[in-house]
Amino acid sequence: MTVTTTAPIATPERAGSRAEWLQAALPKLVLAPSFAGILIFVYGFILFTFYLSLTPSRFMPVYEATGFDAYGRLFNQPNWWVALTNLGIFGSLYILICIALGLLLAILIDQKVRGEGILRPIYLYPMALSFIVTGTAWKWFLNPGLGLEKTINAWGWTSFKFGWLVDNDMAIYTVVIAGVWQASGFVMAMFLAGLRGVDGEILKAAQIDGASTVNVYRRIVIPILRPVFLSAFIVLAHMAIKSYDLVIALTGGGPGNATELPSTFMYSYTFTRKQMAVGSASAIIMLMTISAVIVPYLYSELREKSR
Amino acid sequence: MSAAAATSGPVGGSIVTRVVIYGLLIVFAILYLLPLFVMIVTSLKPLDEIRGGNMLGLPETLTFEPWVQAWGKTCIGQVCEGIHGYFWNSIKMVVPAVAISTVLGALNGYVLTKWRFPGHKVVFGLMLFACFIPFQTVLIPMATILGQIGLSNSTTGLVFVHVVYGLGFTTLFFRNYYEAFPTELIRAAQIDGASFFQIFRRILLPSSGPIIVVTVIYQFTNIWNDFLFGVTFAYGDSAPMTVALNNLVSSSTGVKEYNVHMAAAMIAALPTLLVYVLAGRYFVRGLMAGAVKG
Repeated sequence: MTVTTTAPIATPERAGSRAEWLQAALPKLVLAPSFAGILIFVYGFILFTFYLSLTPSRFMPVYEATGFDAYGRLFNQPNWWVALTNLGIFGSLYILICIALGLLLAILIDQKVRGEGILRPIYLYPMALSFIVTGTAWKWFLNPGLGLEKTINAWGWTSFKFGWLVDNDMAIYTVVIAGVWQASGFVMAMFLAGLRGVDGEILKAAQIDGASTVNVYRRIVIPILRPVFLSAFIVLAHMAIKSYDLVIALTGGGPGNATELPSTFMYSYTFTRKQMAVGSASAIIMLMTISAVIVPYLYSELREKSR
Repeated sequence: MSAAAATSGPVGGSIVTRVVIYGLLIVFAILYLLPLFVMIVTSLKPLDEIRGGNMLGLPETLTFEPWVQAWGKTCIGQVCEGIHGYFWNSIKMVVPAVAISTVLGALNGYVLTKWRFPGHKVVFGLMLFACFIPFQTVLIPMATILGQIGLSNSTTGLVFVHVVYGLGFTTLFFRNYYEAFPTELIRAAQIDGASFFQIFRRILLPSSGPIIVVTVIYQFTNIWNDFLFGVTFAYGDSAPMTVALNNLVSSSTGVKEYNVHMAAAMIAALPTLLVYVLAGRYFVRGLMAGAVKG
């Protein structure tokens, strides 16, 4: 029970009495329940799920490991490939559009516009809503029989069709639309914070040298914002992989399995199709995917701090 | 954020540029507001007016009946008592879960910055990574354990789950905040003989206002908006608001009462929207902190 010298604690020289020992151990005792909780309920549970993925569990957990069969079955499911392909489409478009739109809005707002205090909250409020609410709203909005399509038809453009929500090939893009609507304002806030941190002197100097606004942004500002691009990418990638609620509320994974994602796949295989081992295997693949993005990032962040 | 507004923004620009800038900003503002507007007007229209078409039109016959229906009468499953019970479930879940996870996060952050011990970095790293795991990897074991200890399908069970999986974030927030707090003050208090908890209560806590607000807003929003844990661990009577809303909207029997659905969605959205309106600035800051500044 030693204490490092950087910490502001007087190490008890003669840790004889019980009170002194308690005083020294108190900080660790306070932290212990949380840490134990996380060890058990996060890391222990991950091991548990991994173990289940090695068993032939179906409706109920079976505790006899038989090998990697479930992974074989997982990757033989056409449905899983649909889920992975959809994650690829949804993830890349969602990240790209959110970053592009977020950056554009941040740059526009940063042009000393009036009414910034009104505009910013308007772009941001969707972030406060739950995915279930967002999904419900967009499901209604994009409903071909009643929503946007019918409204535009009623305005006189009778041949207008917008049936993406019920179209096998297009439904995944409605998830992108709703997802972007919800998260792009947040990305804007991140970029705006980054822009406000850029040293005004550099920009002034560049302008005096005759650089155009576009060039100032392209050559100076955007390169300075590199860490923000990285943070935005990490947050969005992580959200895309975890996305579950939005799909459930917007399309329910359908039509057919057209908007299946790994997250919805895991849930239905585990809890409704009684294929717990396959569900566990898919959860482990999801964890590995997220880890591939998050671990290097956290590692570099924590290391930088220690310098 | 807005305090720094004057320091950046590089251009003056021509009138044409200004028009383009404002034009784009306004178009986007309309696009972002449109779904909310549609939800509100739809929730105030009678059903036949909705079937008639114009989604964007203001209600010709203004009615609050859909809200009354949604709150107290609409059928979810077999029960026709509206969503108010589920609304209270969410309140009963969110208040203790936010309180407990915030208090624990504050204490953890305090220990991890001011009472460091060998390996504190590993401890923090493990807690931080826990924020990012896909919850799909803990669903099955958690369902099993909650069943065994008799907490499945209960609000208490959900509180427990949200506290456990919120700890990483609350610890992160407080740890980053306390990192900047002058350690000399704590050392001085210690020399004066102040104990662990005295230092926390008298020195750190009084200046923790901003981070407490951020953490509470962040946790409130996250837990209120949660669906995955709710739908997995609490069904039937103890389901939270988001699960009830989804059940209501996706139930396929009978006539689809879109106006009631939209009213229910608005009711589900109101608490977090209210928090956002009242404390929007902190909300953004909280979300930004969630973007990990390890």
